[in-house]
Amino acid sequence: MNLPRYLVRRLFACLATFVGVSILIFGIARVIPGDPARIALGPTATDEQVREFRIQLGLDQPLPQQYAHYVSGLLHGDLGVSLYTNAPVARDLRAGFPATFELVLVATLFMVGIGIPLGVIAARHRDGAADNVIRLGALLGVVTPSFVWAVLLMLVFSDYLGWLPIDGRLSETVSPPPSVTGLYLVDSLLAGQPHVFLNALEHIILPATALSLASIGQTTRLTRANVAEAYASPYIEMARAYGISGRRIASRYALRPALIPTLTILGLDIAAKLGNAFLVETVFGWPGMAQYGVQAILHKDLNGIVGTVLVIAAFFLVINMIVDAAVTVLDPRIRLGAQGA
Amino acid sequence: MTAPILDIRGLDLSFDMFEGRSHVLRQVALTVGAGQRVALVGESGCGKSVLLRAILGLLDRRKRVMTGEIRFDGTDLVRERESGLRAIRGSRISMIFQDPSSSLNPVFTIADQLTEVILRHGTAKTTQAALALATSALRLVAIDEPERVLASYPFQLSGGMNQRVMITMALINRPRLVLADEPGTALDVTIQEQTLRLMRRLTTDIGAAVLMVTHNLGVVREFAEYVYVMYAGTIVEHGPVDELLESPRHPYTAALLAAVPRLDGHSLPRPIAGTVPNFLSPPPGCRFQPRCPHARPACDAPPPMLTVAAGHEVACVLHAEKVAA
Amino acid sequence: MSPRRMNPARISLRRLLHNRHWYRFSRNSLSLVGLLMVLTITLAALFAPWVAPYPGNAGPGVDFAHASQPPSRAHWFGTDISGRDELSRVIFGYRVSLSVGVIVLAIAVPIGVVVGLLAGYYRDWVEMVLMRVTDVFLSVPPLVLALAILGVLAPSLRNAMLAIAAMWWPWYARLIFNITRTLTGQGYVVAAKVLGASDAHILFVEILPNCMASLLTKITLDIGFVILTAASLGFLGLGVQAPTPELGSMVAEGAQNLPDLWWMSVFPGLGILVAVLGFNLLGDGLRDLMDVEV
Repeated sequence: MNLPRYLVRRLFACLATFVGVSILIFGIARVIPGDPARIALGPTATDEQVREFRIQLGLDQPLPQQYAHYVSGLLHGDLGVSLYTNAPVARDLRAGFPATFELVLVATLFMVGIGIPLGVIAARHRDGAADNVIRLGALLGVVTPSFVWAVLLMLVFSDYLGWLPIDGRLSETVSPPPSVTGLYLVDSLLAGQPHVFLNALEHIILPATALSLASIGQTTRLTRANVAEAYASPYIEMARAYGISGRRIASRYALRPALIPTLTILGLDIAAKLGNAFLVETVFGWPGMAQYGVQAILHKDLNGIVGTVLVIAAFFLVINMIVDAAVTVLDPRIRLGAQGA
Repeated sequence: MTAPILDIRGLDLSFDMFEGRSHVLRQVALTVGAGQRVALVGESGCGKSVLLRAILGLLDRRKRVMTGEIRFDGTDLVRERESGLRAIRGSRISMIFQDPSSSLNPVFTIADQLTEVILRHGTAKTTQAALALATSALRLVAIDEPERVLASYPFQLSGGMNQRVMITMALINRPRLVLADEPGTALDVTIQEQTLRLMRRLTTDIGAAVLMVTHNLGVVREFAEYVYVMYAGTIVEHGPVDELLESPRHPYTAALLAAVPRLDGHSLPRPIAGTVPNFLSPPPGCRFQPRCPHARPACDAPPPMLTVAAGHEVACVLHAEKVAA
Repeated sequence: MSPRRMNPARISLRRLLHNRHWYRFSRNSLSLVGLLMVLTITLAALFAPWVAPYPGNAGPGVDFAHASQPPSRAHWFGTDISGRDELSRVIFGYRVSLSVGVIVLAIAVPIGVVVGLLAGYYRDWVEMVLMRVTDVFLSVPPLVLALAILGVLAPSLRNAMLAIAAMWWPWYARLIFNITRTLTGQGYVVAAKVLGASDAHILFVEILPNCMASLLTKITLDIGFVILTAASLGFLGLGVQAPTPELGSMVAEGAQNLPDLWWMSVFPGLGILVAVLGFNLLGDGLRDLMDVEV
């Protein structure tokens, strides 16, 4: 199978889907509500004001024209002006994107670094005490809403124990490192500012944990199931029959076949994290894109809402594509296709 | 006769299951001489595959209850620790599994899997040496392009090729004993024949003994020198292959032979009436009693193993009477 | 063998009612715990006016004399800043949550099932169109889609339910599509076609029953997750509006008064957890029992 051609095909499929998403969002923003202008201005505005605003927003034009105008704006990176902050939506989103990205990234690292090993341990000792404890913990992670975790973590670690702060990404007295990636953790290391790094780390641990607990739980359960299934396979019995140690089987021969289906779900899980970011950022006052989106929603800022959703959807599609490509590369059965002997 | 390489005595094996205790093997006694080719024949579900796994200690320790002796080269494998067993598996005793394509790990190359086995048991000390060894070993099983096979994944190779890879893996550390679980059953008949011939040649070359489990009497005749017949977890008869197939003494063995379709067209195969016993509550005496046309009250007790000819023994009261008479 | 007999769904539905499987289910103690939790919550919600110690506190009301009190014997979960009993509000909150769960799925499941059946059965362009639409909906992270919808519609209980249903139906479409796609090639479907059965008959009598096991399991699991989603929306103030008690918005109210009035957030939060956990355990038990993939 031709890898580059496959990737190009996937890219086109992604773009087609993104177009579909843009139509969907556009439909939601323009078609569903009775009168977006009225909604934006509120019930106190006069009819005259509403009518003028409608023209200003271009709502008097036929729908296809509105959509075309909208798309051309997209292609120029113009997401309109926020009806709430009166600043260009694109600018506001660009400001908030690194914060959200860093949060989701750290949460993903937690998910992979904690979830997968726990799943392997649970599978290796399946039906034993370790397995039951891990599975119970994972279940609790999955069933508890992220905002509840956020509140609990805040209560225990910040208010009660006073170990960790909850005032944004950095303490007020610390200035951000010179911006290279926009991720404070990375930039502070690049600039050789360990104290900034530690401060940023302190600030990101609680929100990232709150965001990741559901994902960790899900990953643990999934890894456990897949690894347990691998353990039941004939090739694991054969590995044992050839004297391979339990540890090597767990970390290599049972894990690798199980990683592939787990990886596939990873993309979906990032979607969940992107959604939950809205909740976690609100609780912790994290200055990210998601919090901007929540404010836009609360203030009926249509352009803000649409812009946020589009950026998040695009981000998600890109992540999905990367994950799919990774799975294709990692799974020899897909990569090499039907090249039988 | 020289000391046997494998000597199983009085082996009882049960599993604790949800429904109760399943008595899978009862008083199994089996011997394999050095370099000897022994077959263990019986129908599906009789416990022969379980026996192979019991020898290597692959059964779940939490659920199994095993008493008796499995003497291998001086060590009692029943009492041996897991670490000791791990040293033996794949180096001094190796196993060939039934379906080669599903027994090889799908996401590792053949090279990875072969070198793992070689390095694990120290047959070679570096990856290069292991690869060289693997390459030459693959040539021995009539694989013309060993480099290509080594770079491949199991799903890219045919069943027959995977089978040969598995034979290579089983023999590469030059074991004293090879356990074969119905090799070639998952493949078509011509491949199976090729497999048996390969195994005969290679095991003779390195002087390894073979214990082959099968339900196919043709395989027994083709491959083995000595045969054990198992029914419902008990050994009912054993002897030299030609002798036993020529004149079976146990009613079950006779029935097995009668059930084989023949090309001479004189008679239809005769199936054996009845079903295998329930292992949760097996008959206390001879386990074949419920289906045996010659059953009598004496069968209520476990039948004694009696010699009927040189190296040929039967567990059946019918012959006790003959011997007594 | 007649097409009827060949259809595994008829066999499996009968199996479900057979004693042996109830026995197996009940041996799995966690599933029983889940069942118990679900029953308790459902009964409490149904009979809320009689179960809650202070039923009058469910709606608006002020009792400043007893405001902001920590958990005590009179008020097991404490009181909120208006003096309302938290325990009663949590119980009434369960009413809201459970109704949301049921109604959302009552909307989303039929839509998803129909889409999946049609796409999986007719294939070709029907599949292409329907599944592309499904993919588009699935490309937006679920919560984000619901938030967007609620952003443009006025936040209310009704709109929240519509928004959640809009984000939920694609999962059912995909599930049913996969099952239908596999089943359409099966012997008994072909046999039914040959015997002249109408498409509607095949879809609803031959194929749909075979989806029931997966459907029931997924629905049970989903009730919990819909409750969780509704609570998330409520937390952001986008669901039910005050003074109706909703567990998520109660946590949000409490969050403003952290850490002093911790009970205002913690108990509703635990309430959500218990509900989702119960449905999850029950759903997992059903899945093990029926040996299905969701």
